[in-house]
Amino acid sequence: MTGDSARPAVETRGISKAFGGVAALDAVDFEVRWSEVHALVGENGAGKTTLCNILAGIYRADAGQVIVDGTERDFRSPAHAIDAGIGMVHQHFRLVEPMTVAENIHLGWPETPGVVSQRTLNERTEQFMGEMGLRVDPTAKIWQLSVGEQQRVEILRVLARGARVLILDEPTAVLTAKEAEDLFAVVRELAAGGLSVIFITHKLREVLAVSDRLTVLRHGIREITRPTEGATASEIARLMTGEERVLNVEHRVVTGDPALELRGVSALNDRGITALHDVDLTVRSGEILGIAGVSGNGQTELAEVICALRGLESGAITVDGADITSMSVRAVTDIGVGHIPEDRIGMGMVLSAPVKDNAVLHSYWTEQFSQGLNLNRQSVIDFAKKLVETARVQTRSVFATAGQLSGGNQQRLVARREALAADRLLVAAHPTRGLDVNAAQEVRSTILDKRDSGCAVLLISDDLDEVLLMSDRIAVIYEGRIMGVFDAADADREHIGLLMGGHSITEAA
Amino acid sequence: MILAIIENAFLSLIGSAIPASAVVMLAATGAMLGERVGVLNLGQEGLIGIGAVYSVIAVLSWGVESPWLAMLIGMMAAAVAGLIFAVCVVAFRASQVLVGLALALGGIGLSNQLGVNRNGTPIQTLFREVNPGGVLDNNDALSAFFFHDPVVYIAYVGLPVVLYFVLFRTRHGMNMKAVGENPAAADAVGVSVTGWRIFYSVLGAALTGAGGAYMVLSFTPTWSPDIARGRGWVALAVVIFAGWRPGWAVAGALLYGSMISLDTTAQARGWGLPFMGASDLSFFLSMLPYVVTLVAILIPAGAVKLGRRVRSTAAPAALAIPYSREER
Repeated sequence: MTGDSARPAVETRGISKAFGGVAALDAVDFEVRWSEVHALVGENGAGKTTLCNILAGIYRADAGQVIVDGTERDFRSPAHAIDAGIGMVHQHFRLVEPMTVAENIHLGWPETPGVVSQRTLNERTEQFMGEMGLRVDPTAKIWQLSVGEQQRVEILRVLARGARVLILDEPTAVLTAKEAEDLFAVVRELAAGGLSVIFITHKLREVLAVSDRLTVLRHGIREITRPTEGATASEIARLMTGEERVLNVEHRVVTGDPALELRGVSALNDRGITALHDVDLTVRSGEILGIAGVSGNGQTELAEVICALRGLESGAITVDGADITSMSVRAVTDIGVGHIPEDRIGMGMVLSAPVKDNAVLHSYWTEQFSQGLNLNRQSVIDFAKKLVETARVQTRSVFATAGQLSGGNQQRLVARREALAADRLLVAAHPTRGLDVNAAQEVRSTILDKRDSGCAVLLISDDLDEVLLMSDRIAVIYEGRIMGVFDAADADREHIGLLMGGHSITEAA
Repeated sequence: MILAIIENAFLSLIGSAIPASAVVMLAATGAMLGERVGVLNLGQEGLIGIGAVYSVIAVLSWGVESPWLAMLIGMMAAAVAGLIFAVCVVAFRASQVLVGLALALGGIGLSNQLGVNRNGTPIQTLFREVNPGGVLDNNDALSAFFFHDPVVYIAYVGLPVVLYFVLFRTRHGMNMKAVGENPAAADAVGVSVTGWRIFYSVLGAALTGAGGAYMVLSFTPTWSPDIARGRGWVALAVVIFAGWRPGWAVAGALLYGSMISLDTTAQARGWGLPFMGASDLSFFLSMLPYVVTLVAILIPAGAVKLGRRVRSTAAPAALAIPYSREER
C-alpha cells in the first residue's frame, strides 16, 4: 500500500505563499516519512494550515516544490492531491449537511456506481467501515451527528479514496476529551498500518502524546524538525512563541457599586426552550466576574441578553442603575457596554469590509467619525491605524479586508475595539478561544487593563483555567442556573468542576 | 348531472392548461437545473424572449422547415446568452441577482428589437399534435391529456422523469446537489464547482430557450413583443413552490396554467357572477395566476414559520453565493 519506505512520503522544498502581501510561508522545507505521525506545530498564523492546504491542492504555492513519494507534483485542485494519495480533514468540515453519511462518503468518488440507491450506498459504506474499523451510522444525516462523528466521516471519506498521507487540521479543537482520546488511538493505528499522518495542532500535550516527529513553524518559517522523543513541552513552546510571557494576575476584592445587575432574568434560546432560569448576578466596577461552565449551558444567551441582542421572558437588567431591559443594541452600546462576541466572524466583524471600517463598526455614527450624513474618512483611517498598532494586528494595511486577517489578528482587532467602546461594562465571551499563546495573552492583558481602569468585566469562557486565572469572582452556570458564586481566593477547582457538572452545593460539599 | 358538468369543465380547464403552461414548465426545469448547482438565473424572462425570437427568425428568414430544428436554433441562442451569464457569475463571481436582472431586461429588449419586423406574421412551421390513434377520440373525457404536441410530453413527463432519476438515483446527481449545497465540500472531493456550475447554467438556459421556442412554434403561434409576459418570473416562483423537486414543478406549472385558462374559458363561455359582470370578472381572473403564484410560494415559507420545515424542500444552501477556493 505504501511506497518505498526509504523515500519520504511527502517532501516540500522552499515553499512560499503570500496572502494580500503578507507572507504566510517563507521558503519552507518539510518532510514526512512513511508510517509516522508528524505533528506540525505553531501559533495561529504560523502557516501550518497554509502549508497543508498547499499539500492538499487547495492553494497553489507561489514558489517551491512538492514531492510525493519521490515524484514532483503540481496540484491544481484537491482532485490532483487525492489522486496522489494526499487527503486532508479540514478544521471546518467539508460535509454536505442535508445528506447522509453514506452519500457524503461517496461524493465525488469515481468508484461510486453511476446509478445509486440509498441501499447500495449504505451497504458499501458498512463494508468499508468494517474494513477500516471506524463506525458511524451510514443512514444518519450529517446535521444529526456529533462533531466527533462528523470528523470520523471526513476521515473515512479520505481513507476510502486510498489516501496514504492523511492531514488532520487542528482535529481536537472541536472534540471532547474522550473523543480526542479515541482520535489519538485511530491515528496511531493508521500510522502502524503504514500511512503517514500530519497532525496540525498548537496543543503541546497532544504533540507529545501522539507524534513520532514534530516540525515547528513560526511566522511562516520552519524553526525545527526533530523526533518527539526527548522533546519537552517548554522547549516546543519556546520555539513556537519565540519568547515566554507569563501573565501575572492579581485578584482583588471590590466592594463598590454594582455596574451590572441581573435580577430574576429568564430567557429563551433560539429553539424556544428556556435557556436562563431566574438568573441573579452582580458585577462591580473594577472587577472581573468569570462565568464557569460547560458550553451550551446558557452562556451564549447570557451574553446576548446583556447586550440587548436577545429579549427577556422576565426579570430586569441594569447598568449603573439604568434599566437597559428594553433598550436597543445601539443605546446599550452608547452607555458604554462593549461586547467581544463568541462568534467573532459572524457577529464581531464584516469579513468583506476593510479593517478600517471594522474598526468603527460600533461607533461610526459618533461625532468623532461623522458630521451629519458624512463619514470623516481621515479620522476613521487614523483611528483604525492607531487601533491596529496598539492591538498589534498584523495586516498589510487598514484597507485590507478583515477576511484577509488570520483568526488571531481578527480577535485582537475585535477585542481592542470593544475594550475601547466599553466604559462601564465589557462582556467578553470566549475571548481567547482558538488563539495561540501570544495572542491569548495579549487579549487577556487588554481585558485586565480594562478592569484596572475601573470597568466592570463579565468573562464567559469554557476554559476553566482561564476563568480561574482571570476572575476576581467566579459564578458557575449549569443548565441556565447560577449554581454558586465564589471569591477567587475561596475558589476550589474541584468544587467548581462538580458544580459545572450539575452537582448542587450540598452534594459538592 | 352537476358532477358531470363540473368534471367536464375541470377537464377542459386542464386540457387548455397543459399547453398554456408548457413554457413555464420548460423554463422552471431550466431554472431548477441551474439552482440545483447553486446558480440563480433571474434572466428567465429574457431567455424565453431570445429562444422565441431566434426560432421565429429561423422559420421566417432562414426558411427552416422543421419545428425541431427551429427550436434547436432558439435553444442555442439562449444557451449563448446563458454562457455569457454563467461566465460573469461563475468565473468572474459577479452578483447573480444583478447579472440575472440585466439578462432579463437585455433579453427582452434584444428579442423585441430583432422581432420588430415580424410582429404578427403567422408561423406555419408548427409542432403537430400526437394522435393516440383510435383508442380515444376528441370527445372522450380523457382527451384532455392527449392530442397535445410532443414537446408537451417532453416537458411534463420526459424531463421531470429524467431529472428526478439523475438527481436522486445517480452518482452524478449526488455530486450536483453537493455543488449547490456546499461547494467547498464538493471541491474538496474533486468535483469541479466552476465547470459544473457553468455547464448546468448553460443547459438550463437552453431549456428555457426551448420554452420560448415552443411559444412561437405552437402556442401563440406568432411573434409579438414582450412575448414571455411574465412567464419567466412565474417559472422562478414555480421552482420555489416545487421545493426544487422536478415532480412538484409539474403541479406548480399546471396550477399556474389552470389560472390562465380559467380566464380564457370564462370569457369564451361568458361566465359571470352575481356581484361581478363579465368584464370585471375577466380582470379579476387575469390577475388570478399571479395572486395564486404569490400564495403558492408563501406556502413553503409559511410552513417554515410554523416550524414544519422539511429539509428536503429548502433551497440549496449555496444558492446565489459565488464560490472561490482561495478565499479566507
